[in-house]
Amino acid sequence: MTTTGTDPARASDPARAGDPARSTATHCPYCALQCGMRLRPLPAGGPEPVEVLERPDFPVNLGALCGKGRSAAAVLRRGARLTEPLVRDAGARDKPLRPASWDEALDRVAAGLTAARRQYGPDAVGVFGGGGLTNEKAYLLGKFARVALRTANIDYNGRFCMSSAAAAHRRAFGIDRGLPFPLADVARTDCVILVGSNPAETMPPALRHFRELRENGGRLIVVDPRRTRTAELADLHLQPLPGTDLALALGLLHLLIADGRLDKDFIARRTTGFAQARAAAMAHWPEHVERLTGVPVARLAAAAAMFGDAAKGMVLTARGPEQQSKGTDTVSAWINLCLAAGKAGRPGSGYGCLTGQGNGQGGREHGQKADQLPGYRSITDPAARAHVAAVWGVDPAALPGPGRSAYELLDGLGRDGGARALLLMGSNPVVSAPRAAHVTERIRALDFLAVSDVVLSETAHLADVVLPATQWAEETGTTTNLEGRVILRRKAVDAPEGVRSDLAVLHGLAARLGVPGGFPEDPEEVFEELRRASAGGQADYAGISYDRIRDEDGVFWPCPGEDHPGTPRLFLDRFATPDGRARFAAVSHRPAAEEPDGDYPLFLTTGRVVSQYQSGAQTRRVDELNRAAPGPFVELHPALARRLGVGEGELLAVSSRRGRAVAPARVTDTIRPDTVFMPFHWGGAGRANSLTNPALDPVSRMPEFKVCAVRVERAASASAATETAATETER
Amino acid sequence: MTRRIAVVGAGMAAARFAERFRLLGGDAEVTLYGAEPCAPYNRVLLADALTGRYATDDLTSDLALDLTLPSGDARLRTDCAVTGLDTVAHTLRLADGEQVPYDELVLATGAEPVLPPVDGLCGPGGRPRPGVHVLRTAADCRGLAGAAAHARRAVVIGGGVLGVSAARALAARGLPVTLVHRAGHLVERDLDGAAGEILRRGLAELGVEVRTGSVAREVRAGTPVGAGRTGFPPPSAFPSTAPSAVAAVRLADDHVLDADLVVAACGVAPRTALARTAGLPVRTGVVVDDRLSCAPDAYAIGDCAEHRGTVHGTAVAAWDQADVLAARLSGAAPDAVYRGSRPYTRLTAGPLAYAAFGETGPEDPGPGTPGVDVLRLADATRGSYKKLLLRGDRIVGGILLGDPAAAAALIRAYERDEPVVTDPLYLLTAQGAC
Repeated sequence: MTTTGTDPARASDPARAGDPARSTATHCPYCALQCGMRLRPLPAGGPEPVEVLERPDFPVNLGALCGKGRSAAAVLRRGARLTEPLVRDAGARDKPLRPASWDEALDRVAAGLTAARRQYGPDAVGVFGGGGLTNEKAYLLGKFARVALRTANIDYNGRFCMSSAAAAHRRAFGIDRGLPFPLADVARTDCVILVGSNPAETMPPALRHFRELRENGGRLIVVDPRRTRTAELADLHLQPLPGTDLALALGLLHLLIADGRLDKDFIARRTTGFAQARAAAMAHWPEHVERLTGVPVARLAAAAAMFGDAAKGMVLTARGPEQQSKGTDTVSAWINLCLAAGKAGRPGSGYGCLTGQGNGQGGREHGQKADQLPGYRSITDPAARAHVAAVWGVDPAALPGPGRSAYELLDGLGRDGGARALLLMGSNPVVSAPRAAHVTERIRALDFLAVSDVVLSETAHLADVVLPATQWAEETGTTTNLEGRVILRRKAVDAPEGVRSDLAVLHGLAARLGVPGGFPEDPEEVFEELRRASAGGQADYAGISYDRIRDEDGVFWPCPGEDHPGTPRLFLDRFATPDGRARFAAVSHRPAAEEPDGDYPLFLTTGRVVSQYQSGAQTRRVDELNRAAPGPFVELHPALARRLGVGEGELLAVSSRRGRAVAPARVTDTIRPDTVFMPFHWGGAGRANSLTNPALDPVSRMPEFKVCAVRVERAASASAATETAATETER
Repeated sequence: MTRRIAVVGAGMAAARFAERFRLLGGDAEVTLYGAEPCAPYNRVLLADALTGRYATDDLTSDLALDLTLPSGDARLRTDCAVTGLDTVAHTLRLADGEQVPYDELVLATGAEPVLPPVDGLCGPGGRPRPGVHVLRTAADCRGLAGAAAHARRAVVIGGGVLGVSAARALAARGLPVTLVHRAGHLVERDLDGAAGEILRRGLAELGVEVRTGSVAREVRAGTPVGAGRTGFPPPSAFPSTAPSAVAAVRLADDHVLDADLVVAACGVAPRTALARTAGLPVRTGVVVDDRLSCAPDAYAIGDCAEHRGTVHGTAVAAWDQADVLAARLSGAAPDAVYRGSRPYTRLTAGPLAYAAFGETGPEDPGPGTPGVDVLRLADATRGSYKKLLLRGDRIVGGILLGDPAAAAALIRAYERDEPVVTDPLYLLTAQGAC
């Protein structure tokens, strides 16, 4: 193994432990920034085996870390994490999980998966992965599903993250890489439109690039229904109704056309399909867009002028416009705006998606997506199937076809034609899936559930077998950050006895399923195979090695050969389409799947707070973070609070057609009076996803997390108590 | 056999219906029969096209409607006027005599300009004489733009939204314009006297002289033009080089306005002749119920339709209707009904802008009306005028002139008849998002 792992014997030596030279350069376990950090081993006997230090030389964060990154080592504490396998005896769903040996646990998993396959066929075994898994894990999990389980039904929680941006990216540019340029380029452009993104809370270390942009004289436009901390930094804040970003983008394109701010030369030389996009924009004139979005015409005009007049410009989207039942079209409309203004395929300009999860980029490239094979290959493309099958040493015909998307997979659990047994790795859908109460019910309906995770998440609580997995500091592996930069997380300390890596889990399970070869435990060995499998694909890693990543601060894909420098900036000469031109999409606005009405008169939108991450499985186990963000809340405007007769901190019941959530009021005038906001990091009574709408985007299959209709009432204290009790039962 | 839906008309309502029907997965062969020679376009933008902000060809709003598209998409037949309708036999007769069968019929025939009773305005056949223009279609717009390029002075008859927009557009082209309006102040349907006066001053600054309380009596002819020329010049007439046939407009007070270009902007009337002849129910418009139906298998939407006694005549209402009908006929929501719209006027004419809605014009209940609160903010120096009428916590009307940004926040509450939750004065100064 060629990692720079720390020798634990030395690490426990106090003299050595204090030496910064003994620290390991690695990356944060949380979001897609994958901030550089160093881990220094601490003397044995303390609560945490390592401490987190700055790593000022990594260009994405230049040493800066947010509270989550700084406190990441707390999740390595024994009390916070799992340290031994747990099983629930067959037929004893109501009994608690009990400790078990690894052999017993893996035997149980193999038996559970095999039983479902025998009774219902291979597609009755489902696999659900995560955007936090390393490239090696994501790759091997996809291979495990297709080769060892032979199931089509593998998908992952990244479907809930950036799948709409991915689909729109591919539609326009022929390739999907979150950012087509290094993040630091943001500081050197002239105007950025940040749509439905709140980096001040979601990725604070990224904020420096936006601050620098403004220090350099560049302009920042923020589009968000809330006046977030990010919006406070903006030159111009557009505050549309939730679910109307598509109309907003069309309205801005309309204004570029009307006011002569098109880059006609760029459109002629480097794009196709403008006439259709223009026709769609013509149906979205400013006064009409004002009515749809609630953004005044004058502000639309100011934004169009600011963006159109800038020499260079970028549009960056995040979950706001993407997590909608029209997310793909919405992102396409923003891409159209870039193309029409000639702000793409040039240095300092372009459209990008601020990917969310730690390995949200790499996790979507190497085969844990229902419709894809490694290298971002399509599972329905015969050439792609032949290539990957050859690397795997199997008959192409034996590879399954496309499977169900994440929500559809979860919705089908335990039903005819759906999965009866599920292997879940690095995800917590009980908290993070839309219509979460229903999803929880479906998970309970499984014949068998195995969960491999670092902590005992809400979903792991429901499992028949829980496998304790190693964490970022305890294992080596690559991730691909939001820039498409492939980076290396290095092992800094040994994991506690009783904990194994996900790769070891797959190795052990494959052997038990009668597929002894092809599932190595060593991450570098897996990566070498991934390189071959991705070679020639869109996300081509063929030229990337652990040594190169170490030497070059990461390598940007595509990197087709060892002598290839990697590709920090895409599309400078041509787009990745057959004719080299970017494609406009003819899209038009339509309402959200569920709009407010008399019964549910308000919009609910969901999002994040700075001190928690995703479903909170890790961060809710860190005291420092819980002190900063102790629980869910309902953000509402003072005018709405007055009408409801509630004050700050009073309990509110929020109801939708799918469920109910109870959380204290947080009154602020930064939100529209017709909209309430809830963060989604918590399970139990305050679970925001009890309310959200699983209406899916027709292309990306992304659920509509960002918009649904709710009713908000004062929660009587009695009913709140009932809610809490119900939550405890569920847990 | 595939179900056939015939849409008579290819304007904004028709195009919207076809688009939504397709998006909702409707299974039928939809054909639009348009009398105009072009694909559907955005009529709302014609006045801005007159200023040159848009090229008229750029207004096309749905290129998917094409003769060449594969099945599943709507077909468009341009230059294809429908001259007869048999709702019992379910057939249409086209101008060339062709009989076309259909299963369901959607009338989206729109509206046509009303020509005021002014001597000399019309030539033989009742159409505007040379030099007199209307502004309803893309062809009208091209013709008017061509004529304006060579005109010296223009008179616009009618001071409603269209007249104000047209006058401002002609002035923006550098033409001296006089606007003649019968009522005591501009756009009296939307505005009260104070707002109308601010609008008048705004127009004056742009080079438009406004004569309110003034009635045009006669259009006087000047130099004759070649035979065959009409007030609807074909596109090839652009740029026009023909001499004008108009010399002046005489008002009721015998004042004579020198003008070689006249625009008649005196409103529109639903185009109902086809429906009337076919025996469908017609009052002002084709009478439809909440299902937008006027007879078995026959529907009407847009400017030609009269619903619960109202002909809305706005693009927003036409699209609301098209959406409901598309939801019904596609099967996506077979029980969808249309309960009316609360449309509002939102004018942007260069620097002139206002939003108006509800009981603000002649029906303004006035400050003394019991149960109605009237809030007014006027800033004559900066040309800003805001008025809000509230009944309890409901908005019943409003005018936001000069600085209509607050409209973005108010309109939604008005359209949905939702209670106002903030301090109403705050609403008037809001810049959206409240």
